[in-house]
Amino acid sequence: MMNKTKMVPFPSHAIVPERDVDKMPVLDARNLGMDFGGLVAVDDFSLLIGRTEIAGLIGPNGAGKTTVFNLLTNVYHPTRGAILLDGVSTEGKSTAQVNAMGIARTFQNIRLFSDMSVLDNVKVGLHNHIHERFLSAVTHAFGYTKAEKKANTRALELLDVFHMADHAFALAGSLPYGAQRRLEIVRALATEPKILLLDEPAAGMNPSETLELMNNIRKIRDEFQIAVLLIEHDMNLVMNICEGICVLNYGKIIAKGTAEQIKHNPVVIEAYLGNKGE
Amino acid sequence: MDFLSNLISGLSLGSIYALIALGYTMVYGIAKMLNFAHGDIIMVGAFAVIVCINTCGLPVWLAAVVSILCCIVLGVLIERIAYKPLRRSAPLTVLITAIGVSYLLQSVAQLVFGSEMHSFPKVISMPTIQIGELTIKGNALVTLVVSAVIMVVLTLFIGKTRMGKAMRAVSEDKDAAELMGINVNKTISVTFAIGSALAAVAGIFYGSTYGFIGPYTGSMPGIKAFVAAVFGGIGSIPGAMLGGLALGIIENLSKAYISTELSDAIVFGVLIIVLLFKPTGLLGKKIKEKV
Amino acid sequence: MKSNKARRKNYITYAIAVGAFAVTMILIFTGNASRHMQSMLVPICINIILAVSLNLVVGILGELSLGHAGFMSVGAYAGCLFSIYMEQMLPAVIRFPLAMLAGGLVAAVFGIIVGIPVLRLKGDYLAIVTLAFGEIIRSIIINLNFTGGAAGLKNTPQDATFISAFVVVLLTLIVVLNLISSKQGRAIMSLRDNAIAAESCGIHIGYYKLMAFVVAAFFAGVAGVIYGHNYSILTAGTFDYNKSIEILVIVVLGGMGSIRGSMIAAIVMTVLPEALRFLSDYRMLIYAVILIVIMLCSASQTVLKLKEQLKAVFFGQKNGKEEI
Repeated sequence: MMNKTKMVPFPSHAIVPERDVDKMPVLDARNLGMDFGGLVAVDDFSLLIGRTEIAGLIGPNGAGKTTVFNLLTNVYHPTRGAILLDGVSTEGKSTAQVNAMGIARTFQNIRLFSDMSVLDNVKVGLHNHIHERFLSAVTHAFGYTKAEKKANTRALELLDVFHMADHAFALAGSLPYGAQRRLEIVRALATEPKILLLDEPAAGMNPSETLELMNNIRKIRDEFQIAVLLIEHDMNLVMNICEGICVLNYGKIIAKGTAEQIKHNPVVIEAYLGNKGE
Repeated sequence: MDFLSNLISGLSLGSIYALIALGYTMVYGIAKMLNFAHGDIIMVGAFAVIVCINTCGLPVWLAAVVSILCCIVLGVLIERIAYKPLRRSAPLTVLITAIGVSYLLQSVAQLVFGSEMHSFPKVISMPTIQIGELTIKGNALVTLVVSAVIMVVLTLFIGKTRMGKAMRAVSEDKDAAELMGINVNKTISVTFAIGSALAAVAGIFYGSTYGFIGPYTGSMPGIKAFVAAVFGGIGSIPGAMLGGLALGIIENLSKAYISTELSDAIVFGVLIIVLLFKPTGLLGKKIKEKV
Repeated sequence: MKSNKARRKNYITYAIAVGAFAVTMILIFTGNASRHMQSMLVPICINIILAVSLNLVVGILGELSLGHAGFMSVGAYAGCLFSIYMEQMLPAVIRFPLAMLAGGLVAAVFGIIVGIPVLRLKGDYLAIVTLAFGEIIRSIIINLNFTGGAAGLKNTPQDATFISAFVVVLLTLIVVLNLISSKQGRAIMSLRDNAIAAESCGIHIGYYKLMAFVVAAFFAGVAGVIYGHNYSILTAGTFDYNKSIEILVIVVLGGMGSIRGSMIAAIVMTVLPEALRFLSDYRMLIYAVILIVIMLCSASQTVLKLKEQLKAVFFGQKNGKEEI
């Protein structure tokens, strides 16, 4: 196990090696590979994310972007390669343990607890930070009230980041689409991650909502001092807020770099246009 | 030789379970519901034969045909009245309804025939065959042969005919099948009809194997056939056949060599062990939720 | 504030329970309760405990269990054997609570043994396996000697009273309702709503599934102990899958996840068959028809609309989409 505080220089698979925002990567994926019954879904995927970096993962449909997220959260266990979070390997850990280690995510097809209130959704996110034992749960004594009060305050604080505190007691399933996406982000934030994986956060949002989302993602990074890796098809959003971009096609990384570099990369242009031209 | 005879009567019992399990599995595949009342159709089929032969004096073959027709009508009616309105409801609502239908059939049978057991007429007049030391009961042989023929015909029907194709399509995706011009209601009705017909046949064999029928006779073989269907992988037709046969053999062998009282426990125990290693049954499809 | 609303809802549930208890006690003391009516009081309490605890698995955790009667029987036999052996040594006041604790704990242990392998299964597979476990437990009890075998276990002291049974009902309600509005309860409900998302929030699926399952098994066991101490005789045949289904029916009729609903449905479904006794042979038929009709009505659009309108008339509110 590596010493957590030790400074590691950025290895060559950092998206933007010359960028010097922070010296130690929070997430280090090394040569990840995943096969589904002979079919290679992701191959030789290496990625390094800085401690407070906002990074983008883009690529045509079916490129394997969501599979990468599933690998990073151990929903699928990678066939090859290793994932280091703060220098600690996540191998063999369950999705829940990976979350406790510091990776939180949202889902492409929204997965809220729709029959629970907005507040309770966030409190599920806070789960591992609420100190309530079974005895205090069934008696509502022995520190229950204090723990719940603390959880409520924290949950409302988090909801306030997205100005959703007023709707804390609505059923999550009754929220409009955009709000559901925001709630998923709040719930993921509640788990106190070191890195937040957002799977198409702007999908289905109108331009003004997307603009607000962009500001909010920056705000999250600045206030919580965490890294963000996002999958997104909205190029405007990606080019605007991502400090490093990684392009995936057919399960392989075809390009890495800053927005400017990616925009003018002929391989990327071909992957997108070639895909659309058919 | 003793073992072989036990095996053969186990196969015969198993083929009865398989016939019932087929009904369970086909209905599950198409309507995604556990038809708890399916076991009671067996009882109705058996009582229909008793009435036809003892009261109306019909010949055996005609009694069998009448019994099958009765069950088909009953099965289709139950689907139309009780299950069809619930197609978009929660699975538990449908399950409770099916339990209600099961209670209904049992209580009607009890009102009509009383709660006592009725002796089942001798419908199979095949003598016991003796080959050396091997004894095969005529009844078991007929059950085995007829069930085998039915299963072959059913497999061909589902694999080769238009209706069979429609059934497979509806069980894959009801909405897509409907968009492709398949009459979903008709397909579901046909499925219930086939399942009920199989249950009637199973009822006749069950009656002639055990000799007695009462209003609650259907529930235990029903449950066991349900176990067989799950054992083989619910929704899978070869799975139901395999599960039924395996269950019959396990039950008969444990009755013969371990304990009569514990045979049910052993059957259920084997089911649990199989499911622990193969969570969707022997031939069931592995379902993985897409993340 | 909704958290207050949830708490108020719980208080209403307790109030209904205590109110019903008070009315019954008044009826008994004023001599207005017939012997027949009094004989139904403990069974009502037993069914409430069973339904509320099963609702924890079916409604709150969202997994279908058809083996509740199995846990009930394990608890019943454990508790009754305890009381039979302790009859001379301990007075009823101490013996009966200890018997309930023993029965509940043994059932909980069985819950762990059954739950650990089985809870990996989903939906109908879980249903059939829990049913199978219930039937295995029943077969084994019939074949054991110290359980009295098929003849049944006799001579359990009749320690159960309406008051003691009611106290247990209250305890069950408190534990289950408290659990639901706690960190653990939220984790259990999140599994029901979306297991994948719950896991990504750091919730250990297996642990919380087992928790709901074991708590439910504990109370089923306690209910079994009360049952044994009420009738004094236990036969394994009582606890077959039909008993599990009977409890499930109560839970579904009361409303999945609604503890108050389970309680009320348990009262109705215990009294109703007795009230229909005058129909003698037609009782079962009527019961079956009622069951089917209720289920069909619950799915019918016209009935649902009617319900919404009634709600709007009485409470002046609609379940509209909340704007943000």
